Amino acid sequence: MITAAAAVNENVAHISNYLVYSAMAVYTLAFLAHIAEWTFGSRSKVAVQSAALVGEQSAKPAVTVRSQGGTTVLDRPKVVTRTTASDRGIPDGPGAAGEDEQGDLYGRIAISLTALAWVLHVGGVVARAVSVERAPWGNMYEFSMTFGATAVTAYLVLLLLKKNVRWIGLFLVTAVLLDLGLAVSVLYTASDQLVPALHSYWLWIHVSCAIISGAVFFLGATATFLYLFRDNYEVGLTQGKPNKGTWAGIMNRLPAAASLDKFAYRVNAAVFPLWTFTIIAGAIWAEAAWGRYWGWDPKETWSFITWVVYACYLHARATAGWKGRKAAYLALLAFACFIFNYYGVNIFITGKHSYAGV
Amino acid sequence: MSTTETDESELGTAGAQLSTAPQEDLGTVVPGSFGGVRAPGLGGGLAWTGREVWGWVRWMWRQLTSMRVALILLFLLSLAAIPGSLIPQTNTNAVKAQDFKDAHTTVAPIYEKLGLFHVYSSPWFSAIYILLFISLAGCIVPRSWQFVGQLRAKPPAAPRNLTRLPAYATWRTTAEPEQVLDGAQKLLRKRRFRTAVGGSAVASEKGFLREAGNLIFHIALFGLLISFAVGQLWKGDGSKLIVEGDGFTNTVTSYDDFTPGTFYGADDLNPFGFTLDSFTATYATSGPDIGTARTFRANIHYWNGADGKQQKSSIEVNKPLEIGGSKIYLNGHGYAPVVTVKDGTGTVVYQGAVAFLPTDTDLNSTGVIKVPDARDKSGKTDQLGFSGSFLPTAVVSQTRGWYSSFPALANPALILNAYHGDLGVDSGLPQNVYQLDTKNMKQFKDAKGNIVSKVMQVGDTMTLPDGAGSITFNGIKTFAQFQITHQPATGWALGSVISMIAGLIGSLFIQRRRVWVRAVRGADGVTVVELAGLGRSESAKIADELGTVVDGLLPVAPQASEDPPEEPEDPTEDPTEDLSAETRSEDEGARA
Ligand code: HEM
Repeated sequence: MITAAAAVNENVAHISNYLVYSAMAVYTLAFLAHIAEWTFGSRSKVAVQSAALVGEQSAKPAVTVRSQGGTTVLDRPKVVTRTTASDRGIPDGPGAAGEDEQGDLYGRIAISLTALAWVLHVGGVVARAVSVERAPWGNMYEFSMTFGATAVTAYLVLLLLKKNVRWIGLFLVTAVLLDLGLAVSVLYTASDQLVPALHSYWLWIHVSCAIISGAVFFLGATATFLYLFRDNYEVGLTQGKPNKGTWAGIMNRLPAAASLDKFAYRVNAAVFPLWTFTIIAGAIWAEAAWGRYWGWDPKETWSFITWVVYACYLHARATAGWKGRKAAYLALLAFACFIFNYYGVNIFITGKHSYAGV
Repeated sequence: MSTTETDESELGTAGAQLSTAPQEDLGTVVPGSFGGVRAPGLGGGLAWTGREVWGWVRWMWRQLTSMRVALILLFLLSLAAIPGSLIPQTNTNAVKAQDFKDAHTTVAPIYEKLGLFHVYSSPWFSAIYILLFISLAGCIVPRSWQFVGQLRAKPPAAPRNLTRLPAYATWRTTAEPEQVLDGAQKLLRKRRFRTAVGGSAVASEKGFLREAGNLIFHIALFGLLISFAVGQLWKGDGSKLIVEGDGFTNTVTSYDDFTPGTFYGADDLNPFGFTLDSFTATYATSGPDIGTARTFRANIHYWNGADGKQQKSSIEVNKPLEIGGSKIYLNGHGYAPVVTVKDGTGTVVYQGAVAFLPTDTDLNSTGVIKVPDARDKSGKTDQLGFSGSFLPTAVVSQTRGWYSSFPALANPALILNAYHGDLGVDSGLPQNVYQLDTKNMKQFKDAKGNIVSKVMQVGDTMTLPDGAGSITFNGIKTFAQFQITHQPATGWALGSVISMIAGLIGSLFIQRRRVWVRAVRGADGVTVVELAGLGRSESAKIADELGTVVDGLLPVAPQASEDPPEEPEDPTEDPTEDLSAETRSEDEGARA
């Protein structure tokens, strides 16, 4: 009886592995489709034209006016918005595909493939959970797997909400492939139960919040990273640098620096309370398991450091002279702390949390 | 926030005080900045110096409570927390810290001086967070006052030129201006704006919870700091190893070790006690994690108060037992072999269970048995000591010799070496009960000079040479290790963090914004409605919100039939031309 159940679990674990490998294969196809999207996009004449337009606009960057909501009711008064001074007046790029139809087609294929891979990926996570009969984040392999799935979920949700996030596709798929590659090769752990210290419903709450926070922070960090490049490019434009070459061709298809910056701020700020809650849930669990809610264990310390650097970033955004690039560096540093807390602390530093290790 | 700043300068009071964040003071100061005119004579000099000193103090205070310094202090705090995660800390793991000191003899003294073995209570770490909290106090007190003022004040009056605001809409209506304003006020009130009518315009504002949330968050940080401090100062923390069947009463002397906080002492321990009836452990018996623990449970009886009734309960990992203000945690477990020792005269000089401490997850355990009352054949005092290991599932291999391959009692064995001589227990020096000091002891050897040692199973006896006595392995008991902590103010800490999260949510998800509606009769007798909205720079929703206000207002103020010719179809034409020209020159002015 017991062995039969164990065999079933083992089978489900195998299914989980197959699903994860299939997801990786489909993500790879999505990656290639995104590459095709960017490549075709760079050929697009319209992309170059719009770049020319950008160049022209930046010559007189003061203010642009967009109209909104005028289309629904023909007669309805329009709400005119004035863009802010920090916008530089440079509009968002057209996206990876430029205006190239073939590029756009590949982009759509890439998104469909990403969605398909996501289904397989989530299937893999669920099968893993079923095989171990608990939450699928008891060790680094499971955590990585679930983390990747959550990042893709966040992206797909934003797409469904019709947010302008298509530009993130290539970077996301690349990162998820790296994450899964690392998970299946270095971090793989055959499915099994947990040590008693991990038996707690706080495991569900604390770790799931950590995963969601990390996945969203990841989207924010990607946007921040691209912001730094695009900002550089825009500064070049306003100084009259030539808007030519492959690099410019890539840059001009990205959203405007101001849009990237705003997107990064929004996602980081939106998930900061959740990250705060994650740490608190961890403290409550530590209180139940070890008799103290805070003991400066390395994992706790690095969660605290991550939290403080994100708080720094939020402060920087509200402080004259620190907005823009300086705040962006802080955001990247904060995310680096998050990643270090996950890989670095688990691998290099042993603390009370280390049984969830490799 | 540069938008808000430009807006504030452009719009005067209308854009002012959208938040209570302190203004940046970017001016430079030099000696003589504050003193003003120096009157002649000593009195003048003194007055000048006084003004100068006071000026500097105020300047430094303003710097300390500025956002920039708060930012820098926060950053320093994160940096300062790093070394404590890389270097073993005495308060979290004294053994590891000592190992580190032993291994790094050159840097250890330097680290010691820098407080790197107790980073989180070191002067420099404390300095950073104390400065941060002073800065925080200096920040939130004035901000709270300002906020109260803002709550009492009316929304600022509409700026003259509404077209300059980030979101703007206008139309011509057949309704009377008064009707429009009345309707606008009702509508905005319904949308929970605070409104005020001033002249030909309605001013309104919403989203004060943002500011309130932000203040609550920062005040709750204080709550957390205080709770943490109280928790550290009034805490008591000790551990106790209990063998099956034995008990514990909560007094300082019954602990194996006890570390009280600064203000917590022997008199504060609440009277309770418990006995360990039995201990259950189950382990994975197959799979890659074979031997990994599944459940640990200590079954106990406890009593609370001097004459409390006995109650049955259990303690598990993650499930501490709370008695009075103390919590009992299960921290570890192991085996205690039961032995009987006879000395050279044949008397039983020791009988009982001795805890052997686990060294790994398969519960390879080591321990010692000290028998101070033993005599040799001739009746002379000759103390006996045994050291060795206990193996719950003993196996033997070529490379490792005897070891345990599984944590449960599948094939228990006790392996002991025997010594005689002076245990050193009477020397007055404190001794570790888990270590044998063999400095003044001789190991038993048989006639051939081989060391006497035996792998004993339950029931076996090891006889010592020369009639020095014997030791019998009678049985096995389990023991459990408990941590008993008393930590006050955890409830306050929890309350603080809940307020922090609530405050954060208000602060980050609510937008503070203002909407103005103006209705005036134009030159041709038709009413012109103008709407404008202003939010903080991060709020993109202000245009959408203005859109819904427009929709809500249209039934009250229906559009006049023909569109005025000056209403532009392409928005890059009419107001834009002059706007961009104006703003550009302002921008240039700002840059210069
Ligand atoms: C103890 C360390 C501190 C932490 C962890 C902290 C954390 C935060 C966080 C997370 C926010 C973001 C909320 C938001 O953007 O609305 C924030 C905002 C803010 N903090 Fe702090 N803070 C600290 C100390 C301070 C100090 C010392 C000051 C005063 C100089 C300060 C002034 C502000 C202000 C004015 C805002 C609002 C910014 C805005 O309106 O966007 N904080 N703080």
